Amino acid sequence: MITDFLIQFRSETALTVLILLLLLLKITREVKNETLLQWMQLLLCGVLLLIASGPFEGHLFGSMFIATPLITLEKLILATGFLLICMLHHEWLKAHEHLIEFLILSLSSLLGMFLFISSGHLILLYLSVELITIPIAAMVNFDLEKRRSSEAAMKMILSSAFASGVLLFGLSLIYGTTGTLQLNELPAALQAQPLQIAAFLLVISAFAFKLSVVPFHLWTADVYEGAPVAVAAFLSVLSKGAVTFMLITLLYKVFYPLEAVGYPLLQILSILTVLIGNLFALRQKNLKRFLAFSSIAQMGFILASLSSYTVAGAAASVYFIIIYLFSNLTAFGIVQIVNTQNGKEHLESYRGFYKNNKFLSWALALSLFSLAGIPPTAGFFGKYFLLIAAAAREQYVFVILLALNLMISLYYYLNIIRLVFTKSPEEMETVRISQPAKLALWIGIAGTLLLGFAGNLLEHIQSIMN
Amino acid sequence: MNLLSLLLLPLLTAVVLLPLKKEVVIKGIALTGSAFQLFLTLFLYSTYRSERNNGNLQQFLFQEQYNWFPSFGISFHTGVDGISIAMLLLTSFVALAGILVSWNIQKMTKEFYLLLLLLSAGAYGFFISLNLIVLFFFLEIAVIPKYLLIIIWGSGKNVYSANKLAILLIGASALIFVGLTGLYFSLPPAVRSFDLITLSQLQIPSELQRWTFPLLFTGFGIFSALFPFHTWVPDGHSSAPTAGSMFLAGISMKLGGYGCLRIATYLLPDGAKEYANIILILATIAILYGAFATMLQEDLKYINAYSSISHCGFVLLGIGMLTKAAMSGAVMQMVSHGLMTALFFAVIGMIYERTHTRMVSEMGGLMKVTPFITTTFILAGLCSLGLPGLSGFVAEMKIFSGSWQNTGWMHRTLTILSCASIVITAVYILRAIGQTVMGPLKDASYRSFKDASWNEKTAALLLISGILAIGIAPYWLQELIEPGVEVMRLKMGIN
Repeated sequence: MITDFLIQFRSETALTVLILLLLLLKITREVKNETLLQWMQLLLCGVLLLIASGPFEGHLFGSMFIATPLITLEKLILATGFLLICMLHHEWLKAHEHLIEFLILSLSSLLGMFLFISSGHLILLYLSVELITIPIAAMVNFDLEKRRSSEAAMKMILSSAFASGVLLFGLSLIYGTTGTLQLNELPAALQAQPLQIAAFLLVISAFAFKLSVVPFHLWTADVYEGAPVAVAAFLSVLSKGAVTFMLITLLYKVFYPLEAVGYPLLQILSILTVLIGNLFALRQKNLKRFLAFSSIAQMGFILASLSSYTVAGAAASVYFIIIYLFSNLTAFGIVQIVNTQNGKEHLESYRGFYKNNKFLSWALALSLFSLAGIPPTAGFFGKYFLLIAAAAREQYVFVILLALNLMISLYYYLNIIRLVFTKSPEEMETVRISQPAKLALWIGIAGTLLLGFAGNLLEHIQSIMN
Repeated sequence: MNLLSLLLLPLLTAVVLLPLKKEVVIKGIALTGSAFQLFLTLFLYSTYRSERNNGNLQQFLFQEQYNWFPSFGISFHTGVDGISIAMLLLTSFVALAGILVSWNIQKMTKEFYLLLLLLSAGAYGFFISLNLIVLFFFLEIAVIPKYLLIIIWGSGKNVYSANKLAILLIGASALIFVGLTGLYFSLPPAVRSFDLITLSQLQIPSELQRWTFPLLFTGFGIFSALFPFHTWVPDGHSSAPTAGSMFLAGISMKLGGYGCLRIATYLLPDGAKEYANIILILATIAILYGAFATMLQEDLKYINAYSSISHCGFVLLGIGMLTKAAMSGAVMQMVSHGLMTALFFAVIGMIYERTHTRMVSEMGGLMKVTPFITTTFILAGLCSLGLPGLSGFVAEMKIFSGSWQNTGWMHRTLTILSCASIVITAVYILRAIGQTVMGPLKDASYRSFKDASWNEKTAALLLISGILAIGIAPYWLQELIEPGVEVMRLKMGIN
């Protein structure tokens, strides 16, 4: 029993210990931010190794907590993302007076994500959603002297509370109609009764809130703009990743008896999300808002692939999340590096960026090309596998609409790249990059370029999917 | 010979360039790399010849297969037949000439050469791939370098042109993609594949061909300036820097023609037969419209860009005629037009560097001061209007003689109409040549012009040698192309 606990619960235990240590540190002694960050990055590498130490299968606490190779992989992805965020936003974190609190909050949120994707019970699912969201809302407020930051936090907490309420309502309806809260017992109890369909819709809506799927996306842009860049990155990659992972489990392992409802629903949501996300992204002047809308559009593509209800679709989504993590974190990281130096985050201020910042420009261009799905970056494979998966149902009008949306998204990504590479009278001065950030950027670039050639990875995901 | 080396060499050259700082070294390495690439393709050609002479009758030679994404039926399957070798030869000629011509590039030299190498690597990858998704991957790779070349080094309304080009081409890719996936998923799960050879051996239902063919053909056609989606061509070509235009018109547009032939027509013969008339009409419109539009142009680059629309119309016309002669003529026209238009753009670049204008009306009497450049210019023009002895004549002749083999009244009318375009071509070419080259010197400062430098001369001679090699002795090219076309015709089940 205890060895089971230690093995399967190892990453969660490690994170909890880390959080407690930080708490202790806070009340006992002063540590320089720089040292703390270095230790943090080291310890996080340890956590990564711990997670990667082996895919053990099993369940704990009466099937409340589940561990499978897929879940282990997903945790590894999330933890990698967390480490990259710590490195890319090094400068900002170093300068922050409440670094320890920030780390405690973000680690708690990460812990929440771990529990969330491992949950085999609806109560744990709900609790972990709260554990993810509440710390994030506090983190959004971490640009302490900015009013917009507080405003964003307020928006975040209100909309999350609403989403939680919707989720809880859905879960209680499920319990009412099936009499069970265990995920593995649910499929047998679901017979597409009207009330169950209503519950399914409510649960999907709550998830759509978290994924900022249209029409539940209204909080996204404001929160991203107001929040510190690091938190925006955290929200757009890690939180979306975790929710997508759980959505895959729910759709494929739990709610599959309701496929007849889920398929058209996801298809409509996906088209709406891609289109609205793209159209709004076209008009953005602020880079953070821009990335918010473009990430909305990306979520639409994931939904399209999931709507096929095929293993290939789920595997393609996980694969896409990995690529998206590297590309999007790189983009956010560059915004952060520039922003910390000179406070600029408007698209126009990037005009002539290439002149003095060659490395950053190429990194930005590569990550944006990857987000747009242009080869030779991995984003091409990520995006097109989503589309291939979406085509499995032979709804080609749907696929054509999605593919045409690639054109719109290409336009706005190219627009930024154009600004970066064109000349301008007032070019941005050379931006200094800290060592950890530089390393993380290289990792991001390597991921963006090489993952497309990692065919084995997709095979592996597909093989552990079943 | 392993075909991957064709793809890896430019990439390797690009990687070597990355850490370098000195401009001369950068140029030298880029030049060496692409010269070596030319030798490699020539070597490929000679090994191909000897394989065929030894009686190797396989459709695609030098096949290799590497697993990539097996669950989606994607493997890196390479192989070449005569048609792809012709295109590979064209690519390496134009790439080398392009690199030579841009010797005097002023800003961001390293980036410029990197992008050129990436662009050519995409083309090499495209022509050697036998897996449709991999082929699609290489088709799209070119978007980044094309866009950046026009944005950074372009002139005129380059932002507009670059956006138009990128978006139209991605739109075209979207059509191709939907066509490919449609083909994939509409087949029974047991035989689903993206492999060209596997697909070509299947009996694809006519019903399926009916809707996938237009998607694929239009998609690839857009790359090859299919009317009415040709509008990216004039803007893109005229805004790009010299080498960029050469690559765009000489190589990139040929990706489209190759795709129309190799994928749309070869894999979906029933679709091709069904839509042949529409293709022919659109192609004829492109030929005539392109020719007439050229007559109105004053800017040398626009003249060549619009005449490219007209000339690429011949490629599609040849494909749509579906006879052996016309189809192999179409491939010849791709090679010929690639060489000729690259030469044209190169010369226009040379003239522009000296006169700082591209307007025909502002030039005159250049023959007196720059005899080499103007002779090359005249040669390119004569090739364009189809003078016997040059490659343009051979290719167009072949297409026309193939076209006459079709007997219907529609085929006859369209053939006659497109034949007539030759006259219009002669008008605009001779007019442009006459105004720029002949007559008195327009400006006294023109006297100080220097004739072509060594790099310009080499580039021009390289392309001219290709044009002459096809024009004087077309037999070798025909021998290279025809077996490939024959296979397509066999699949179509027409004599």
